[in-house]
Amino acid sequence: MAVKDYIRQRFFPHMWCQGCGHGIVLNSLLRAVEELGMSKNEIVMVSGIGCSSRISGYVDFHSLHTLHGRALAFATGVKMSKPELNVIVPMGDGDALAIGGNHFIHAARRNIAMTAIVMNNRIYGMTGGQYSPLSGFGKLATTAPFGNIDHDFDIAKLAIAAGASFVARTTTYHVQQATKIIKQAVMHEGFSVVEILSQCPTYYGRKNKLGDAAEMMEWFKNNTTPIGSKAKEENPGLIERGIFIQEDRPEYCDEYDKIVEKAQGGRV
Amino acid sequence: MSEQIKFVQGNEACVEAALYAGLDFFAGYPITPSTEIAEHMALRLPQAGGRFIQMEDEIASICALVGASLTGKKVMTATSGPGFSLMQEGLGYAIMAEIPCVIVNVMRGGPSTGLPTCPGQGDVYQARWGVHGDHAIIALTASNHQDVFSITVDAFNMAETYRTPVILLFDEVVGHMRERLDIPEQGELPVVKRLRTSVRAGIDYHPYLPREDGRLPMSDFGSQHRYNVTGLAHDMWGFPSQNPQIVHGLLRHLTDKIKNNVGTIARYKEYFMEDARTVLISYGSSARSALHVVRNMRARGERLGLLELQTLWPFPYGIVEEKCVNARHIVVVEMNMGQITRAVKRAVKNPERVVLANRIDGVFITPTDIKNILRLIQGKGV
Repeated sequence: MAVKDYIRQRFFPHMWCQGCGHGIVLNSLLRAVEELGMSKNEIVMVSGIGCSSRISGYVDFHSLHTLHGRALAFATGVKMSKPELNVIVPMGDGDALAIGGNHFIHAARRNIAMTAIVMNNRIYGMTGGQYSPLSGFGKLATTAPFGNIDHDFDIAKLAIAAGASFVARTTTYHVQQATKIIKQAVMHEGFSVVEILSQCPTYYGRKNKLGDAAEMMEWFKNNTTPIGSKAKEENPGLIERGIFIQEDRPEYCDEYDKIVEKAQGGRV
Repeated sequence: MSEQIKFVQGNEACVEAALYAGLDFFAGYPITPSTEIAEHMALRLPQAGGRFIQMEDEIASICALVGASLTGKKVMTATSGPGFSLMQEGLGYAIMAEIPCVIVNVMRGGPSTGLPTCPGQGDVYQARWGVHGDHAIIALTASNHQDVFSITVDAFNMAETYRTPVILLFDEVVGHMRERLDIPEQGELPVVKRLRTSVRAGIDYHPYLPREDGRLPMSDFGSQHRYNVTGLAHDMWGFPSQNPQIVHGLLRHLTDKIKNNVGTIARYKEYFMEDARTVLISYGSSARSALHVVRNMRARGERLGLLELQTLWPFPYGIVEEKCVNARHIVVVEMNMGQITRAVKRAVKNPERVVLANRIDGVFITPTDIKNILRLIQGKGV
């Protein structure tokens, strides 16, 4: 199926700014779905609020555009009631880790089979450039005019510590890696987290003098390295890309099926 | 009548009724005095083949309900005052996206964490107006376990009929008191199934285009129709819209589908109302004390009646007006500062005759409390 057949043209033009990385993420995602040969009817896309969350409307799947930060909670209800569905949750960094931080760690802890794609552009884009928990110390934002004194999370480390059984990171510069990783994440039988560094030239880039979209993507190229590479040993400041963890662990819905079996067998 | 007789808490009666109504999915977070609902659900729901999940908080619980309901399941959560406050955003979402679900609020004293193990009926207005924005809501209540059972089944039926969240406002006394419950046979009480679309695959399905009767046929997530669900104002396809006409139509539809059915949604009971000169109006556990007073004073020849409300919202203004038309005094008995009293005053012709008999100290209102008020208004002193 052509990638455009996965798009709801009724919803276009999209609302992303010129140079935004989110369109690249959408492209990688659709290519992943296409390469997996999935039917549109078996995918439910659940999103929260923010620029990234509009992805759920742009795609021709069952789509649920929810409340800020709560996408994973809505998705948990979908998955628990119809485990045969593939649930994909595109999220922004603020959506996933500020207001949605609690749901994020608990979805990871349960190891419920769904894929959280965290599109990390390090800023609140939709509301006009306020700092997010991923902005980073010393960065500028409309709500940090004197410099941000909040420290940022390492999404991958947080997800691993919380119990996610698949955790990966890539960037919008590395589109082919992104497609490959999303494929593996969607196929994974457990909670999978894919962090994709995405550029916001309009707010994060402009405010912090990082240049245009192309320059920001070049920064992704020059400042990231495959996990465990030699470059990382020499330059510990580099951000690692790749799959950090991929483990088989009891999946939540499978385990609940066993509970139903036990309950119906009269064993309490 | 069934042979299944139980001696249970109100909270358990609610669980049994939900299962009777065909509950498939429960998500909740423990909070006194509603906790037994979650506990019994965890035991009973998987036995019936359903799924129970204890979420990380009340916000997550109501969000999970929405997701599960969209896959075609009957869903429920249970909480108490502070948890109900947390649920308001998700409740608004369910109203906007027209998601059938049942939310039980076993009320305690408030505000804030208030009086966790004490009775109160302070959430009447939270149920009505906790959600931001104009909207309609259905809130039901009951005073004894048999009624808890039937009103819970009603709640599911209304949720599925009108595609809306329905709130069950019980209180601590009803939730924790133990009494007899006869569980009806299947078929004895009506159980409504969700209206599903007959539009075939490949044909443009409009998930948010109401039929003439105001009902919206649904399609389950995972089946042949793919559509968008959002909390934003939306058009008939579920796509976000800021077109004034579309927004106006949507908000009217959300309100009218309930407003136009006040008569069918209204549930109430009346005792000795035919010739009552003094009418007590009450609901939930405080109606039990009120009924005691009425029976007691009727025996002494006093013309006292009780109107027990089971539908609090939409408020049955017409019914209250009609039933109180000959009343010299109207005494509203409730465990708050007069939340239903306010609505009763709006309903009747002579609001100055409406008096409140209440307790707000976390202590169950007794027949003596009510009698003292009656003596005062009937000019006999305390």
